Order: sequence, then C-alpha cells, then structure tokens
Amino acid sequence: MIGDRKNVFKVDKVLIILYVLLVGFGWGNIFSSSLSGNIDSIFNLNELYGKQIIFILLSSVLILITLSIEAKFYERFASIFYFISIISLIGLFIFGKTVNGSTSWYGLGSFTIQPSEFAKVATSLAVAKFISDLQTNIKLINHQVKLLVIIFLPATLIILQNDTGSTLVYLAFFFVLFREGIPKIYLYTISLIFLLVVSTIKFSLSTTFLISFVILFLNYIRTKKKRNSLLKHIGILFIAVTLSTSINYFYNNVIKQHQKNRISLWLRLENNPEEIEKMKRTILYNLNESEKAISSGGWIGKGYLEGTRTIGKFVPEQQTDYIFSTVGEEWGFIGSSFIVILFILLLLRILHLSELQKNQFSRVYGYSVASILFFHFLVNIGMVMGLVPTIGIPLPFFSYGGSSLWAFTILLFIFIKLDSNKLNEW
Amino acid sequence: MRKSLLYISVIFVGILFISRLFYLQVYSNKEYNIFEDNAIRKVFTYPKRGYIFDRNNKLLVSNQPSYDVMIIPREVKTFDTIEFCNLLKIDKDFLVKKYNRTKNYSPRIPQVFLAHLSKEDYGFLSEKIRKFEGFYIQKRNLREYNTNIGANVLGYIAEVNNSIIEKDDYYLMGDLIGKQGVEISYEEELRGIKGIKFIQKDRFNRDVGSFKNGELDIIPIAGKDLTITIDSELQDYGEQLMNGKKGGIVAIDPSNGEILSLVSAPSYNPNLLIGRNRSENYMDLYRDSIYKPLIDKSLLNMHAPGSPFKILVGLSALQEKAITEKTSIFCNNYYQYGKEKRKMQCHCGGGYRNLSNALSLSCNSYFANAYRKTIDTKSPTKEAFDNWSNQMKSFGLGEYLNNDLSVGKKGIIPDFDFYNKWYPDFKWGATTTLSNSIGQGEVLVTPIQLANMTAAIANKGYYYTPHIIKKIEGSEINSKFRTKNYTLIDSTHFEPIIEGLSKVYKSGTAKFLQVPDIEICGKTGTAENFTKIDGKKTQLTDHSIFVAFAPKDNPTIAISVLVENGYYGSRWAGRIASLMIEKYIKGEVTLKNMEQLVMNKSLDEEYQKPFLDKPFKINQ
Repeated sequence: MIGDRKNVFKVDKVLIILYVLLVGFGWGNIFSSSLSGNIDSIFNLNELYGKQIIFILLSSVLILITLSIEAKFYERFASIFYFISIISLIGLFIFGKTVNGSTSWYGLGSFTIQPSEFAKVATSLAVAKFISDLQTNIKLINHQVKLLVIIFLPATLIILQNDTGSTLVYLAFFFVLFREGIPKIYLYTISLIFLLVVSTIKFSLSTTFLISFVILFLNYIRTKKKRNSLLKHIGILFIAVTLSTSINYFYNNVIKQHQKNRISLWLRLENNPEEIEKMKRTILYNLNESEKAISSGGWIGKGYLEGTRTIGKFVPEQQTDYIFSTVGEEWGFIGSSFIVILFILLLLRILHLSELQKNQFSRVYGYSVASILFFHFLVNIGMVMGLVPTIGIPLPFFSYGGSSLWAFTILLFIFIKLDSNKLNEW
Repeated sequence: MRKSLLYISVIFVGILFISRLFYLQVYSNKEYNIFEDNAIRKVFTYPKRGYIFDRNNKLLVSNQPSYDVMIIPREVKTFDTIEFCNLLKIDKDFLVKKYNRTKNYSPRIPQVFLAHLSKEDYGFLSEKIRKFEGFYIQKRNLREYNTNIGANVLGYIAEVNNSIIEKDDYYLMGDLIGKQGVEISYEEELRGIKGIKFIQKDRFNRDVGSFKNGELDIIPIAGKDLTITIDSELQDYGEQLMNGKKGGIVAIDPSNGEILSLVSAPSYNPNLLIGRNRSENYMDLYRDSIYKPLIDKSLLNMHAPGSPFKILVGLSALQEKAITEKTSIFCNNYYQYGKEKRKMQCHCGGGYRNLSNALSLSCNSYFANAYRKTIDTKSPTKEAFDNWSNQMKSFGLGEYLNNDLSVGKKGIIPDFDFYNKWYPDFKWGATTTLSNSIGQGEVLVTPIQLANMTAAIANKGYYYTPHIIKKIEGSEINSKFRTKNYTLIDSTHFEPIIEGLSKVYKSGTAKFLQVPDIEICGKTGTAENFTKIDGKKTQLTDHSIFVAFAPKDNPTIAISVLVENGYYGSRWAGRIASLMIEKYIKGEVTLKNMEQLVMNKSLDEEYQKPFLDKPFKINQ
C-alpha cells in the first residue's frame, strides 16, 4: 500500500495537466455547440453536454482504477486484454447495433459502447508485449508477419463493420514498428506508394511513368559505378509502373464513389467553379461549413457561446468529429493555435517519456499511445480544415462520446502508470 | 533517424496546422460583418409612414394594415380544403395551382399565397388559421386614402424596382417607395428609417431566436407627418369643375407661393392603387391613351400661352420704354408688317387702342407693335433679344421651377441663339418672331408656370417658388420657399397692367364672368394647337386658357386654367377660374348656373375627334 501511494505521487504532472486542459476545453466546446434554449443544469442528461459531464466523471473513476492497478499487471495480462477485445469485436457481428451505417456499437438501452475504441488500447498492449518479448526479433520476417497479424486482426474486424475511420488508425502502428527497427525499406515503400498515389490521381498515369523514369535514370547515372545498379533501377521502375497502374485501376474501378469524391476533393481535382459550387451544397457541405465557421473566427474569435454558425448548428456532427470548428469560430486563430499547441506538447511529452523508459514494454506502449493520438490529431483537425480527406474519427479528449473519451483516457493513463513505475523496473 | 521520425512528423504537422489556421482565419478572412453573416437573418422592421394633412389639417393619407395569407409549402399538412376555400373566397383550382407554384419556387421559403385580405375575411380567418398548418397571416402596411381626390398631388407608393435597389442601399426587394407626387418628393421624410432585427438561423434556414438578445437590433424611426399646402375642398371643387374635360388648374397663394390646388384632369381615385386589384387598375389607367390620367397635366402639359403672354410683352415694352401707358395705336382688325405686307389678324373690334383697353379686349395689333418696338424695328441685336428673353424668364418661364413637385417641364422662352440656329443663313427680325407677341410663336408654358407668372404680376414684380409643402413634423421647410424671386420688371410698371387686367372683367373679354363682391384681374387666352394624325400636322380646336388673381388689392389667389380644346378662353377656362376664385375667397359659390353649366359639360366628343379616322371641324 505504501508503495502504491508513492507511485501515485510520481505520475507525470505535465501529462495530467495537459489531459485536464484538453478534456476541459473539449467539454466547453461541446457545451457551446450542443447548447439549445435554456440551461437548467449542466447535468441535464437530455443534452449532449450533460451526458459528456457524466462521461468525464466516469473517466476520473477509470483513471483511479487504472492508476491503482499494479504496473506489471498490464504487461502480464496484455494477451488477455487483446483476446477479450477481439471477442468483443467479433460479438458485434451478432449483437451489434448499426448507427450511421457502421455496426460498431453495443447498445444497453439508450446507452451505447463502441468496442473498436477500446481495441486500440488492447492492440497497443499486445504489440508492446510481443515486441518486448525476449524471443522476438523484429528483423525476422516471420516475426514481422506475426506483428502484422496482431495489428491487422482487429483492423480487419473493424473494417468489416464498415467503420473505415477506426480501421485506418491502425496504420499509426507503423511509427512504432519503425522505431523498434523494422527495415527501412518499409518506409521507402510506403513513401513511394504515397507519392505514386498522389501523382497518379492528381496528374495522370503517363505523367507518373515519365517522372519515375526520369528520377530513376538520373539516380542511375549518379550511382553507375556500383554493381547490379542497373538491374535494381529497372526493378524499382517496374514496381513503380505496376503499382501506379494498379492504383489507377483501383481508383477508377474499385473504390466507392463517395470515397472517390473525398480523394478528389482532397487533391483539388475539380477546377470548374460551377461544379465546386454544386459540390459545396452536396458532398462538400460539411467541410465547406466547417471551413467557413473556422474562417469566420478571425484573430480572436467571436467569443465563447457567440459563434453564429455554431449557434445556428451550421456544421453537422459539430459535437463529435467537427468539434474543432467550434474552437475555430469562437476562439479564433489564438484559441485554435493554443489547442494545436496543447496537442503537440502532449505528443512530444509522451514521446520524450517513452524514450526515457528502461523497460521495452513501456517504451513500445508509450510509442503506440503517441502514434495513435498523433494519427487522430492529424486526421481529425486536418479533415476539419480541408487538408486531409474526410475520414470520420474523433479528436482525442475533445469530441463528444463516452467510448472514445474512456478509451483515450485508459490509453493515456496506462502509460502514465507505466511511466510512474519506471524506477521500479530494475 | 528511427527515433526522430515521429518527433519530426509531430512538429511538422503542428506547424502545418497553425499555418493553415493562419491562412483560413487571418489571411483570407475579412473583418467580421454581421450583414454578410448568412447565419444571421436580418429582418427589417418598418416604421409608420408619415401621414399627409391638407392646409386645414384635414387628414388625407394615413396607413392601414393589410393582411396577406402566407404559405410555407413543405409545412402544409392535409386540411379541409372546402372550408379553407370558403374562408378565402377562392376556388379549389386556384388553391391547387397556387400551392404547386409556390412549392415549385421553394418548399421552404415563406411566400404570399393570397394578398390583401379584406378586413372581414381577415377577421374570420384569423380565428381559424391555426387549423391550417403551413399557412399564416402576415401584416403589411398600406396607404389609406381618406379622400378620393388629388391623386396626382398625393401620388402613390409601390414596391421598389431593381434600378432603385441598385442605386440606393436603403431599399431592398419588396420595400415600398413613393412613386409620384408628395409620396416621392418627400419620400425620405415620410418613410422614416427602418429598423433591423438580427435573428439567429440554423442550417435549415429556420429561426432559432434573437441574436444576442436583440442587443444589436436597430429600432425603426417613424416617418414624419406632412402638412401640404393643398386646400382639399378647393382641390375637390376644381376636380368636379374639370369633369369631362382635359387640362389643369393651378391655384397659388401669391403672398407665399403655396399651391392651393393642383388639378390635373382627368384624374383617378387614389384608392384604385391600393389593394388586391392594384396592378389591374394601374394597367387600365396606364393604357388610357386619350385621357392619360397618370400624367399630371398641370405640371407636364406644355402649350402655347396664348393671350396671357401679352401681359409680359406689355410689361417688357414698358420697362424698355418702347411704350408708355399712354401710347395708343389704331387697330384695323389686323396688323400689317414686313416687306410682303403680311397681316396678323385681330379680333378686338378695331379702333384706337391704349394699353388698358388693348389688354381688356386682347388686341393683337397693339402688342405686336409693342413687341417690335421692344426688341428692334428691323433686326434684333443679341443684347436686345436676350434682354427680352431674360425678362420673360424672370417670371419663372422657360426654366424648371425647381420646387418640390416630383415632375415638371421647362417650357420654352426662345433667346437670340435659338433663332440663330433656326435661321442660320437668314437675317431674322422681330417680325419673323412676331407671333411671340401674342403668345403663339415658339413660346411654350405649363399651367403651373402660368399660375406662377400670374402670382408674380399680382405681387407687382416678385414671386415665391410655388411649393406643395406647408409643414414637416419636427423640421423646417426648405428656405428657398420663403425667398422672394424678383422679376426684371420694375414694380411701377405693373400698375397700368393690373388696371388693364381688371378691365378684362369689368368691360373686356371676361365681363360676363364677374363674381359679385370680388374684384378680379384676369386675362383670357385662346391657343392654337396641333397634333399629328397619320404623320400629318392637323389643327385641333383651340385650348381655352385663363389666368386671374383676386382680390385686386392684396391678392390671395392667383390661378391659371387650361381646358384642352375648350375653344376660346372665357368659354370654359374663364368660367372655371371665376368659380374657383369665388369658392376660395367666399367659401361658397353663388354663381350656381355657371357652376352647373361647367360641371355638366363634357368635351369627350372633342377628344375623340383625332381618333375617328375621318375629317372633322374645329372651333365649333
């Protein structure tokens, strides 16, 4: 008991403060964007802000539980958590409740819970556990395959439930694997695919061929003296041509129209002003309203509870995925930048602490936390400002919703617990 | 590198986001303007439009509420169509057609379903309207006329058109604006300033509530009440006298320039231009090409002044010492002039004529002679002719009066350059323009200019700009209406002229128009006029013209009357002038026979002549 109390005092205060600030501002903005009519009580359970208060109070209970559990417990039972999580995802196919086309919820009366949010925690623990296992060598291809299975099993289950956003989050684990030493060829391949996708869709197949050829040719001349250089370059060129051809086919024939529209919007493929105006009223509606709300904030914003577009509920989904547009409108450039900086500080702090861990499990877990939060942060705020294609995932600690708040809270506080325990690791 | 990839990514994304925020919120964001915020509905609250009173404080124009049935098509639910149709007095076809049309236009936007409910219909409907979802009643303000007269003076209001909206920021689609008469001249005073309510909308364009509890709302400022110079009783009487005739009567109080009546005939009932049948009525009035009731003839009808112009010719001759009050000539029933020995006919009866009886008998020869002597005997110099022209203009002729009436015409007083342009290679002389001396040449005037000229004569050499405004609630009327405009004729020259004008009534062309106990000075006029029928210039029956002021000493009314194609001056115009003067000064009319004769006379036959496609006789 005495030891436990000590550990509580050793928790990282910076992370706690950042967490409290983010959750607090988050609630303030949910309150603003869900406010309608008179306020009887902030605990009014008929209103979203009232429910969120309850979620926040429950989070503090979760924090106490998470912190009071022995740190070793998480490492030891990582596989169990992972197993339970997978079962709960499978269970959705039988008991799941469909909301907005995704079968991602368990319903308990009016109350719903989204297991995919918690699966991120379980997967992070499992990945950390597997990598930190003494018998694991990440350089070995069969271990890499095992890791990919651990990561993509939940991802596959989630995409089968038609929740693309939550699936894509699992891409974040790439940062973890890269940090822990998978070959650099993966990074190069991913970068190459990314460039090929953008080039093929934005410009054209033939342009992409031409550019690939020119770059490789120049590189070949530069490195001519090395052996097998010609073969290698021809190989890469062949891969690039094959990839971009298949990307082209995939984009034109496989993916759904609404996804195609999102990509087309992101890469600004439509130049006809009339078409753009039409899109603003249809597929671009949410983004357009959200950008307008943010822009209208100016330097200092319209003031808390005074955002006209927020009051008028112009931005759909504003309490959840588009919560940042409320910040933009009511708090302006100063307030929005402040929130961005809070997230950056949180991420950098987690990364910094992860690198300080002596235990590999804690380090890998910390890295997973940072990667997942970073992915959410990048995609959510990027989407709201039109920098990233529309992908519906919540802004951590900010967006309305119990499951996501609890999952992120547990995710972060397990790390805080592990971190507080680092001195006992010897 | 492995350790730094995520660090670098995080910092890069942070910088990227802040740059994007800067671009969106600071760089591409204009300063917040609530009027451009489409999340805020701007609802205008219209103040009461000012009332209009006549000079005796009789309320002429006020406001009345009008009720429109509005529809929001998508909110309409099934309802008892028979009851609804009965309440609105419409048939089912109309209901279906109107519903479809509004729905096609927009299912969301409130639109007028049926405009201008009668008060009784409103009473019944207002109790039942809640049974018909998607329908509601909207109140508007319309004008209410407590009179049937003076449409040309009062004008009307109507919705603004696009060109006004573009020119003036104040007006928005659907706003009402004065379109004629006082309503347009004093639009700014009457309309007041509309207020604005800011209402928070949601993305479905529904109202959520008032924005910031109405802190920023602008309260409307009520329009000002106006008192106009018109004597509605005299105006009414004038309109009755003009029954069946085309033309105008303008009566002015010479002591201050106030317009006592401004009759344009035929006129129309101002009540026709409000209510449900407004546009039909308007088109009927607009299409009447014979009587043109929408044209204010007292302000816009330019015609030759005829003999009243001789007064000015005489005054100019006196001023230039071309004649004295004792100058006399012998009239041979014609005036012979020029190398070709051309003759100007005269109907005065012949004999010796001095200034006084030349006026009373309207001798052409006398004034032709005076005109020639004034300008030049052979060919006019620029100085001499322009001097004459300026003297004429100093009576308010040939120029805009520049007053507060919405329309007007300049008329024509020719000057030296005018004729030089006409006759560039010809040495024109006074004789070339001799018709001017009897008001028949190139000179053109409007009835209000003639009335103003008469006022200047009554005042012996000055006039106040004739105006319609007497009082504006809470502010002063334009000071130019209190300033004397002096003519270029010395006041001493008016004495003999006025004597002559008095004689017109006593023993001259108007001797049978005398009014008991009132000494009137007047002058008859008979103006030739022409029209084009199938491109051919055709003479029509002369206009009957009359100017007068009374009483001779300290005059209180100066009047001009034009009866189009009414033949000689004393026939209709003169009678009307006498009756108007008696009505105004005594308050009642004793010349009952004359009154009956005038009121019952219709000149419709005369006005139809040019449209009959067959030859016709004139001056019968």
